[in-house]
Parts: sequence; structure tokens; C-alpha cells
Amino acid sequence: MSASIPTNDHVLIQAARLGRRFGATWAVRDVSFTLARGDILGFLGPNGAGKSTTMQMLTGNLAPSEGGVKIAGIDLRENPKAAKAHVGYLPEIPPLYRDAVVDEYLRFCAGLHGVPGRRINDAVGLAKRRCGLEDVGRRLIGNLSKGFQQRVGIAQAIVHEPAVIILDEPTVGLDPIQIIEIRELIAELGRDHGVIVSTHILPEVQALCNRVQIIRRGELVFSARMDELERGSHARLTVRFASPADAGELAALAGVASVDGDGTDWLLSVNGDADSLAGEVAELAAERGWGLRELRPERASLEQLFVDLIVNEVARP
Amino acid sequence: MNPIWRIAGREWRALFLSPLAWVILAVSTFLSGWLFLSQVDVYLLLQPRLAGIEGAPGVTDLVVSPALGSVAIVLLLIAPLVTMRTLAEERRNGTLLLLRSAPVSSMQIVLGKYLGLLGFFTVLLALIALAPLSLLLAGSLDLGKLAAGLLGLWLASATFVAAGLFVSALTDHPGVAAIGGFGLLLLLWIVDLAATPGGAAAGGGVLAYLSLLTHVQGFLLGLVNTVDLAYFGLGIVLFLGLAVHRLEAQRLGG
Repeated sequence: MSASIPTNDHVLIQAARLGRRFGATWAVRDVSFTLARGDILGFLGPNGAGKSTTMQMLTGNLAPSEGGVKIAGIDLRENPKAAKAHVGYLPEIPPLYRDAVVDEYLRFCAGLHGVPGRRINDAVGLAKRRCGLEDVGRRLIGNLSKGFQQRVGIAQAIVHEPAVIILDEPTVGLDPIQIIEIRELIAELGRDHGVIVSTHILPEVQALCNRVQIIRRGELVFSARMDELERGSHARLTVRFASPADAGELAALAGVASVDGDGTDWLLSVNGDADSLAGEVAELAAERGWGLRELRPERASLEQLFVDLIVNEVARP
Repeated sequence: MNPIWRIAGREWRALFLSPLAWVILAVSTFLSGWLFLSQVDVYLLLQPRLAGIEGAPGVTDLVVSPALGSVAIVLLLIAPLVTMRTLAEERRNGTLLLLRSAPVSSMQIVLGKYLGLLGFFTVLLALIALAPLSLLLAGSLDLGKLAAGLLGLWLASATFVAAGLFVSALTDHPGVAAIGGFGLLLLLWIVDLAATPGGAAAGGGVLAYLSLLTHVQGFLLGLVNTVDLAYFGLGIVLFLGLAVHRLEAQRLGG
């Protein structure tokens, strides 16, 4: 029952105009996106923006008020059991039975997700190895440290080898070493699954994801691939010359969106490929004899983008 | 293996991993033993006089049936304590998300929980049955009557558990679930109080009919009645159906 995904179709999640209303207020509205195999999608947003609500709709814990979800081509509303078999979900608070032993808990989860009895031990063994839980199999979950509990939560989400893995703030409350380990694990999972990671930690998205979506007050306001983002319109070029340069000539270069600065220090906003523009700036500086001292392309800062989208918007009434 | 059995197994294990279940087993076995003993005392007091009467009621009628009747009240009191944590705690700890995200329906969740709890009560009744069975060492019993009485208690417990499970589905606070369960069960037990005095009022008959007590009584007298069986069956289906409905409503509503 696990992982039998239609091979010709690599789209694992199709969310179409998802909306969820609590009373009169919309927690999430008009959210559409797709997730393919190999995607690690970072779902960004401030607290209370609707991340968890969206994840609960994707996992069948909340019925959408509007729109629908297809998982591996199966409609979640029409055929919830078949669709849910393809999903592994780690909620914000790991759903652990504190009175159970790790092995027993993972066996229960595997069985619950339809792993056939004879394959349960193998599935549990693999999940434990991936999450680094080999040594704590006989320990009581309630006695484990927070980091290990989080790992058990992740093991629970991957034990049935689901096509889609949805992790809601997987690194909250972990120490830096554990965070690195969990990130490595997620990157590994991203190779042959589709992964959605919700977080409000920006560097995490940069370190982990190949796609990013920003949700604000229940609406998707930004969606891009990380590599697009890096060479996209949000990059900047910091330039410093030995002698004063001419703003007009800098602005005339192809791909310059705006020029800021005076004399020797300049900040160019790039509209296009930052690397080729950097080359052109160097050539121009050599031609004019400005004496290039510093040329530093700034990779699209997600933080900048996030601040632009969220903070500025929030500040505006 | 069907997920219902997995959930039932998990529930059963969770019960026995907590001290609550063991304490409940100990206390209720002690209480029912005490009730039984006092009934035996009464019998010993009456025995000389009974000897002279022809066709006098036997041990089963004078000891076992009244004792089992009192045990029913003990069961009513402990049932909400056993059922209070099932769904309430599951919701409180966030583990309900685990069950809901799995390819399992709300009906399977409720049935699994129910069967796990029912297993506990079956064990409890088996322990309680040891007291009347011990009389076999000293004399003879009407085993048919005893079996009918135990069946009645088992059906009553099955109804208590279904009602408790439903109340537990309403809240995420085990204490609230326990008190709500008490209220509901006691109401079902004493609902006929409103009916007895006049007896003539049109509503009186209906209320008396609704009372759990009325329907347990038949079993204790050794009567296995289709009507009583249907009453318990309907009660169980009703409460479990309400619990399933409640779980679904939480997913849909807001």
C-alpha cells in the first residue's frame, strides 16, 4: 500500500484553491501549488499565517472549506484512505505515546499506515537507521530527550515510505548539532520523496530547500525555485572603485535595475544574471581606469525578500 | 491486520501501562468481594429459617443475584474513570493527529478504542465472577442464572464504555470526560425515579423503560430477554455512532 505511485506522473501533491474558514475568518484562502518528486519545498510564513492549517488540510486532518487536494493523483476527499497512505506527517507537536517504547511505537505506526505484517520489522529497522535511533529502540519515549523525541516523530512520518513527507517545524527546540543532522536527513529524503517543510527559520530554507513558498495571512504571496531566486531579480552587486565612477555609465550596463551610491562606493540592483553583470562591471572599470577594489554579488537574500513581503506589509495598515 | 485491532491493542496496552487500570482492577475486585461477603453473611443469618420453607429461594437467588446487582453500581462508577482518557488524552497530546493522518477512518478509530476498553472490562468481570464461583467449593449454584447475570453485567459495562467513549470524544480534558461520563450514566441509571411514584403518567412508562436498571434486573433474575438485548445493543450503537460523528465534525467544523 505504501509508495505505489503512478510512475508516469511525478506530481505528488496538487492543491487547488485550498481555503479554510473558521467561523467568519479565513485562516487560509486560495492556496494552490504542486509538489513533485525530488522537491523540498520550504513553506515560510510568520507565526499564525496559516502554515499549520494548510498542512492539516494536506494530511486530511482538516476538511478544506474550499478547493481540494490530490495526493499522487488520488483525491483526498473522495478516497481519503488511499490518498493518506501516501503521506507521512510530522505535526508541530510530535504525536508520540510517551508510555510506549520506541520500537513498539514505530511498529504501531507502520501497521496503522498499512505496512503488511511481515514487512513491519524491516520498515521499522530502516526508519530507525535513517533517524539515528538504533540505540534507543528499547527506551521509553517519555524518557528520551527532546531531540530524540523529534527524531522518533520523523521516523514515524517515514516508516511507511510515503511518497510525500510533510514536516511541520521539524527543527524547533533542537540543538545546533541535531539541527544539522535533521537537515541532512531531510535532504536525503528529498532525493526520492517529495518533502514539504514548514518553518519560520529563514536560513533553514536556504540550507535545505530547492523551492520556497511564502504565506502571509492565509494567502500565498511568493513562490519560486531557490536557484531562480539566487540569480533572479532580487540579487545585488556591491562595487567599490579606487577613483570616482560615473553613475550614468553604470546604469547603462545591461541588467542593471537601479544604481545607488556616489563616488567610489556603489550598490547595483540586478535585473537578470548577477554573474554576467559582474563581468561587465569589471570590464568597464578596466576601460575607464576606475581601479576596481571590490566586486561582490550578493545572492538573493531570502531574508530581504521575506522582510519586504511580510514585515513591510504588516507595518502598512 | 485490520487497523481496528491495532488501535484496540494499543489502547489495551496503554491501559495496562498506566497504574490507573491496575488500581481500578484491585479496588473493584475488593469492593465486589466485600459486597459478596456481606450477602453471604445475610444468607447465613437467614439459612435456619429457610430450611423450614418449602421451595425457598436458593443460594443463587439470595447471594449471587443481589451481589451482582450491587456490582453493577460499582461498574457504573468506575467506567468513566477508565474511558475518560481514551480520546480526550489522545487529542490533548496531539496523537489524534497520528490516527487521523493514517489511512484509517473515524469509525475504525472509535471501534478500535471501544474494543480495547471492552477487553479491559471483560477481564474485570472475569475477576469479579471468581467470587460467586468460589461458592462451588462449598455447594451447588444455578450456573445458568449466574451466566445470565454476568451477561447482563457485561452488556451494561459495554454500554457504559460506549457512553464514556462518546463523552471523551467531546472534550480534551480527561477530568471533564470523567465527570460528564458519571453524569450521563447516573442519569441513565436513575431516570426511572421520575417515573415510579405515580406510575400512571403517560411519560412514566417511557422513562422507566429508558433506565439501565430496569434492563439489568431481568438478567439478574436469570431472564435473557430479546428486548433487553436490543436495548443494550441500541445503546452501544447510538453512543459509538455519536462518537464517530463527533470526530468527523471536528475535522469538518471549526
